[in-house]
Amino acid sequence: MDAINTRAATPLARSRVRPGRRRADALLRGFCAFATLIGVIVLGSILLMLIVEGVRGFTPTLLTQPTPGPGSEGGGIANAVLGSLILTTIGIVIATPVGVMAGTFLAEYGRGSKLASLIRFLNDILLSAPSILIGLFVYTLMVRPMGSYSGWAGSVALAIIATPVIVRTTEDMLSLVPGTLREAGAALGAPPSTVIMKVSWRAASAGIVTGIILALARIAGETAPLLFTALNNNSWFNADLMGGIPNLPVMIYQFALSPYSNWQQLAWAGALLITVTILALSIVARVVIKPQRAR
Amino acid sequence: MSNAAATVTAEPQFHPSAKAGADTKAPVRIAVKDLNFYYGQFHGLKNINLNFHDRQVTALIGPSGCGKSTLLRTFNRIYSLYPEQRAEGQILLDGVNILDPKVDLNDLRARVGMVFQKPTPFPMSIYDNVAFGIRLYEKLGKSELDERVESSLRKAALWEEVKDKLKQSGMGLSGGQQQRLCIARTVAQRPEVILFDEPTSALDPISTGRIEELIEQLRDEFTIAIVTHNMQQAARISQFTAFMYLGELIEFSQTEKMFMNPTERRTQDYITGRFG
Repeated sequence: MDAINTRAATPLARSRVRPGRRRADALLRGFCAFATLIGVIVLGSILLMLIVEGVRGFTPTLLTQPTPGPGSEGGGIANAVLGSLILTTIGIVIATPVGVMAGTFLAEYGRGSKLASLIRFLNDILLSAPSILIGLFVYTLMVRPMGSYSGWAGSVALAIIATPVIVRTTEDMLSLVPGTLREAGAALGAPPSTVIMKVSWRAASAGIVTGIILALARIAGETAPLLFTALNNNSWFNADLMGGIPNLPVMIYQFALSPYSNWQQLAWAGALLITVTILALSIVARVVIKPQRAR
Repeated sequence: MSNAAATVTAEPQFHPSAKAGADTKAPVRIAVKDLNFYYGQFHGLKNINLNFHDRQVTALIGPSGCGKSTLLRTFNRIYSLYPEQRAEGQILLDGVNILDPKVDLNDLRARVGMVFQKPTPFPMSIYDNVAFGIRLYEKLGKSELDERVESSLRKAALWEEVKDKLKQSGMGLSGGQQQRLCIARTVAQRPEVILFDEPTSALDPISTGRIEELIEQLRDEFTIAIVTHNMQQAARISQFTAFMYLGELIEFSQTEKMFMNPTERRTQDYITGRFG
């Protein structure tokens, strides 16, 4: 009772907020700022180090010559870059139709069904599965029976990692398409397949493409699944997907642990290259999704 | 429009002003017989019996949740998109029961078009929006298709505004234009019946006026059923009015009679604003 009276009597010029609340607010604010600062410092120092060390490794031959043999000077990482491009391209080419179709099933045909909830649950598990498990899985599935590490196995492993990302974004983006649009399609006498292909996909296209780009960014830097599948190959690229294929992540992993300083330098340059690529892909994804938000 | 009397009186506030009076001799296009509708366990429509006459506008009015949209959505069976919804009874379209499972849904929907509350332009060009429904059923040559798109846009009173930007996205139009685009898209299929589900409730007064004029014109060619929350609108554009309440059809008569001299007490109360 007392408290209420004093508060009522407080002149308007003074704040009516209890001091305790101010303190709590200041404390929470301070904590949030501190946590943010830690995150930014860690990220910033990683990037700084990466840029300083990586730029030093950017030699004229970086993108024109293959990785040098042990002890030899010069060389570049052209074979690893090309290998990575091929592996991720094949991976995304496999993952895109599977992911988009599965996402479409979840959002369009299977809405509310038990099967769809089960698939959604399994997809979420796959989404957060450690990538090394997927590498081991493909190793057992393909590398062992085929008798050697191969580019195909690497691509399949990357596809398995990309698929759940695409499934998830496709479903989410299709769920954002208003139900009235589907009703309008059906009301014109369009069968469900036509409504999905001509209306829903179109309406969600920017979001679906963004999902694919983000999946691409995700697999571009994956190392663990490639260790057991594509492995590496120091030779100049020979386009043989049946054998091991040089690729950036595994190259970085091996070269960074090597005793040769020029190899370490190349690893830094490769790491910077991947980071810049992923950054570029993320920016593209943001640009793609923008017109949809503006609508 | 003489509805200036804003005071609550027993006098009806809305005076029917549709340009054409009801043609009670017009043949019946849709006959609803003992229709019951269920949303899962919920009994949404109870024993509805009602006739819709050829080339007449029939308005469905009633408070929110009374089942007027539900009734409208049975005429093209759009409700069947949702597995938990079902209808029992008969709806005869030119004597054929459309609730019969053997009825081809896509065929039915080409004959019974629908315009929704919110404009629903597809994410494609204005031209493709209008051509969408035509392409589903007919293989027309380029010039024929162009002609049909133009005549549909003209019927929807949109041609003059969009004729120079047919390739632009339909999403870029204003709300009222989008709604007329949706009407053009529906008209393009040459349906026999057009269902309007509160077509102006998301539009400003000027756009609403244009749509109302349009419905008046479309009546020459199509049998029209319109759900509306706006009683003035029902009085302005319809020849027949059905008043629904809690899933039941309370009263159905010529719009003039309904608004000037309703038979039922509940109708009287609703149209004079005592509840709803």
